[in-house]
Amino acid sequence: MTKLVEISGLNIRFTGERTVYAVNDLNLSLGDGEVLGLLGESGSGKSVTLRALMRLLPKKRTQISGAVNVMGRDVLAMNDEELSSFRGQTVSMIFQEPALALDPVYTIGAQIAESVVRHEGKSHAEGRARALEMLDIVRIPSAKRRLDAYPHEMSGGMRQRAMIALALACRPKILLADEPTTALDATVQIQILLLLRELQREFGMSVIFVTHDIGVAIEICDRVAVMYAGQIVEQGALRDIVRTPVHPYARGLLASTIQGAKRGARLETIPGTPPSLAEKPNGCSFAPRCAVAQPRCLEQLPPNVEVGPGRAARCVLAEPVHV
Amino acid sequence: MTTTEPIAMLEPVEDRGGVAQPLLQVNGLTKHFPVRGGLFAAKRTVRAVDNVSFSVAKGETVGIVGESGCGKSTTARLLMHLMPRDDGDIIYDGMTVGQSLSLRELRRGMQMVFQDSYASLNPRLTIEESIAFGPKVHGMADGAARALARELLGKVGLVPANFANRYPHEISGGQRQRVNIARALALSPRLVILDEAVSALDKSVEAQVLNLLADLKREFGLTYLFISHDLNVVRYISDRVLVMYLGEVVELGPVDQVWDSPGHPYTRALLAAMPSSDPDRRTEKPPISGDPPNPIDPPTGCRFHTRCPFAEPLCANATPKLTALDKMGHEAACYMAIPGSGHSRAPGEETA
Repeated sequence: MTKLVEISGLNIRFTGERTVYAVNDLNLSLGDGEVLGLLGESGSGKSVTLRALMRLLPKKRTQISGAVNVMGRDVLAMNDEELSSFRGQTVSMIFQEPALALDPVYTIGAQIAESVVRHEGKSHAEGRARALEMLDIVRIPSAKRRLDAYPHEMSGGMRQRAMIALALACRPKILLADEPTTALDATVQIQILLLLRELQREFGMSVIFVTHDIGVAIEICDRVAVMYAGQIVEQGALRDIVRTPVHPYARGLLASTIQGAKRGARLETIPGTPPSLAEKPNGCSFAPRCAVAQPRCLEQLPPNVEVGPGRAARCVLAEPVHV
Repeated sequence: MTTTEPIAMLEPVEDRGGVAQPLLQVNGLTKHFPVRGGLFAAKRTVRAVDNVSFSVAKGETVGIVGESGCGKSTTARLLMHLMPRDDGDIIYDGMTVGQSLSLRELRRGMQMVFQDSYASLNPRLTIEESIAFGPKVHGMADGAARALARELLGKVGLVPANFANRYPHEISGGQRQRVNIARALALSPRLVILDEAVSALDKSVEAQVLNLLADLKREFGLTYLFISHDLNVVRYISDRVLVMYLGEVVELGPVDQVWDSPGHPYTRALLAAMPSSDPDRRTEKPPISGDPPNPIDPPTGCRFHTRCPFAEPLCANATPKLTALDKMGHEAACYMAIPGSGHSRAPGEETA
């Protein structure tokens, strides 16, 4: 399988009032037509990683090192002009809060048309025609009328559909989704998830889907990477990770799920809280909360152990598999 | 403990009604918000809570589920008397608020924990001061109130020596929510309303707080009203559950009955909308389409009829009443559950 995205040795540090080591030595790849989930709790670095892929992080306060290659191009070396054509056409993003991501003073139709005109050099009329086509594709009822609607005139679910239409208007190869269903009601969330699943197949695009919700990941992802304290602690096929997690954090996260827990029975928990990330981790970041930690866990970053085909865990206890 | 004197708690509001008396009875609770339109625009109202009735027995945990705008948080605020209600009775342990029970007494007997752990704490008070504030207002001496605050910090799993003198911004969200729980307990309430109290927490922290809530319930003999949009959490913690849609209760009953044989199509849709937990059995079709309608001028009749796959003309005409489905207190407001209602899927009228 060809790799559309290759991230290796990525480090992201925010400077300013406080220093935050947000992402530490992260390696990740995305295959053609694959849906990859970045699963983690708040502050684990999943959104930061996603934004780095599109260079959306504030320039002045961010230090990035490592390599980010998207379709053979070095994203970290792009200048502003290159970035502007890269965004929207190659890679596009949808956000958690469409009310904030859409421009409140332009109609939905105008926003979609603008991106088509800018990125593809089409005429305004062609842009509007594409906008109408996109609203149909994301199944917004009476799309023609909705072209002239402002974001505030739409319900939450409709706005999220409009944002998906905007993101896909220029047929990007890669869609980055940052918790796009978290702010939605349950009955709407499932509609948007199924729509994304369908569009991914139809357009044949690759998706990186950030979520904190295992259930959401199960509905949409082929592969998942579990993040903790700015690192990927385990990655592999969704089925393997959900059924037989290897890393103690991934195990704890899956065990603490409330679904199916018996009423009155105690829930499995991971004691403690995630580290502050004010210092660069020298050992396993999870060791202070880990039930099976050993002295060597704190001495150096645990190696990325291949524990199966396409599957790796960052834990000294992981058993390597030679295939 | 380093202190020698025993820690005094405030005396809880005494149990006047006995075991059989529900701790909370709500009858016909209603709250409408007028919406200002243009000068000549027709007057419109948000029917946030419309004729909601339920009761909470002593020692029970009752869950309220529903999507945004269904009125679950407004219900909580009305119960706490944080806003005036338009209509309806709130009866605490057999006493009507304003008559045999003062608002001051009610606030001692009933406390609330909110979703936003940061916004609900005063940023200028230390954690100890925040927890001690309530007891002091209710007449406890400063030293005793601070000692109580430290004791309660220990109860919610925060080491008093490390946390008492810190400010809300210095601790994590999970720790802040523990502080809010300690503050709610400081007045020795018998009923605690938890309004999306664990929704903003990360999953692993959420599990810790849910375990804590179970421990505290046992230790202090509490009764919970647990409001959440997360069906898994509600199923785990509740004995009975209310399902709300656009300001109305559409179904209520013991949690297992409601989950295993939901009587209202909205409840069925809500349950079917939960993401799957099995990668081999993903959801194939959304249970219902569209968004919940705007609560401003909601649909007539059964408010769900605009999204219901089984809607028939009679559903738009009049609101179906909550009707018993069994003898265990499982009720649903749907014409399909009412014998002889005229809906083609309704059971035949019983001849008894």
